[in-house]
Amino acid sequence: MVAAVAAAAVTTANPLTCSLFPSQGLRGTTSGLQWTKRQCTRKASALTVTAKFELKPPPYPMDALEPHMSKDTFEYHWGKHHRAYVNNLNKQIEGTELDDTLLDDAVLITYNKGDPLPAFNNAAQAWNHEFFWESMKPGGGGKPSGQLLQLIERDFATQFGSGWAWLVYKANRLDVGNAVNPCPSEEDKKLVIIKSPNAVNPLVWDYYPLLTVDVWEHAYYVDFQNRRPDYISTFMEKLVSWDAVSARLEVAMARAAEREIEEARKRKEEEEGNFTDKEPAEIFIDGVADDSETD
Amino acid sequence: MALRSLVFRKTLGLGLKLQFRGLQTFSLPDLPYDYGALEPAISGEIMQLHHQKHHQTYITNYNKNIEQLHHAIEKGDSSAVVKLQSAIKFNGGGHVNHSIFWKNLTPVQEGGGEPPHGNLGWAIDEDFGSLDTLIKKMSTEGAALQGSGWVWLGLDKESKKLVVETTANQDPLVTKGPLVPLLGIDVWEHAYYLQYKNVRPDYLKNIWKVMNWKYAGEVYDKEHS
Repeated sequence: MVAAVAAAAVTTANPLTCSLFPSQGLRGTTSGLQWTKRQCTRKASALTVTAKFELKPPPYPMDALEPHMSKDTFEYHWGKHHRAYVNNLNKQIEGTELDDTLLDDAVLITYNKGDPLPAFNNAAQAWNHEFFWESMKPGGGGKPSGQLLQLIERDFATQFGSGWAWLVYKANRLDVGNAVNPCPSEEDKKLVIIKSPNAVNPLVWDYYPLLTVDVWEHAYYVDFQNRRPDYISTFMEKLVSWDAVSARLEVAMARAAEREIEEARKRKEEEEGNFTDKEPAEIFIDGVADDSETD
Repeated sequence: MALRSLVFRKTLGLGLKLQFRGLQTFSLPDLPYDYGALEPAISGEIMQLHHQKHHQTYITNYNKNIEQLHHAIEKGDSSAVVKLQSAIKFNGGGHVNHSIFWKNLTPVQEGGGEPPHGNLGWAIDEDFGSLDTLIKKMSTEGAALQGSGWVWLGLDKESKKLVVETTANQDPLVTKGPLVPLLGIDVWEHAYYLQYKNVRPDYLKNIWKVMNWKYAGEVYDKEHS
């Protein structure tokens, strides 16, 4: 099942017609599943390919989530907020090295280990919103019930300013290199509910996002005004796409498994490397001793 | 209107109310004007939601936090005391900030938008060059603030200079130094979204039409006396 998901997830892209959606391809790792495509446009004059990020429409019509999330809200949220982030990002990265990166790499680069560069806000918000539309679907919601639902509804609604609430998959990783890990624990491979302020997203902690809900006021104010808890409940009960969550979880687990194999291989290589650095050990073939010692 | 201003005078400040235990609780201060009185700069719908829902919620939660803090202190539970600090900063800050905000605004008929005279007017010219420069600076910084927060005109108690500052979320101006808030502009989305959607700069352009410079001048003079 995992292999099938992996196979489905890896795509080969036609560089002239591909479109962007969030990837988990990260800096430096040769393994890991990449299921990204990239929007590329060849500029007529130049020999270089510059790639602008695209405002991808949600995977359903603007009124498809009514009455739980209104068409009005969508038109503002996608049509104005999300669009502005993408347009402003493209303006900011033009002519820079970010002009040729994948969006989640742009997020990580501009996060700059917690000292964000100006483009971070737009890059991360572009990523977050695209992921948010994919976290929902018409006729969504429903599962899971019980404790997870309660925890999510409680945690997602608790007080803070603008930001996002996430369900993520956290493989065992203390040192995330790029940032301070907010959930450093030895506990291996678990689901975590986490909140992030403003534009920050869990990619910067090397977590694998499974689902997000936008808790900036603009996400719910037209439909719910100040009633954020009602918005969260409605999201969980009527909108969340558990299909998308399950699919992402499988990818996340497979990726974590692959990374472990890769790391074990690297550790083994290092050990073998250390071994050969020492003086060569004397090798005795069975029954044959060193010449100098024969009687 | 007369009754309203009488009520307002009675509840001036933070609306203190003493409980039998001697623990102060807070209540929603009355607005010194009708909800629709700031139109078209700020809609009546926004003013009502902002006052009756948002500010009230901060007060309700702040009162809860105070009670929790009281218990934690009585029990000597230091962890609980520390853990409550961020909630108190958020809810208490929300109450402090919004209480100032309602006084910062006034209908056009009552002088909203009229430029500051006297000491504050001269100080603005001295510290910023002109009123227009100050307004432009505050609007620019307010528009650039990412996420939720406030943009302030403050008076530095030590240097006696006017400063423009921003705070995140509901952090009050005092968290930025020995500063007295003269004017604060709420740039949380709830302050403008129903009317201006994502065009925060338009909100910031229009709010100056109902700015109560007279009140800011009074606070300034009080600090200088």
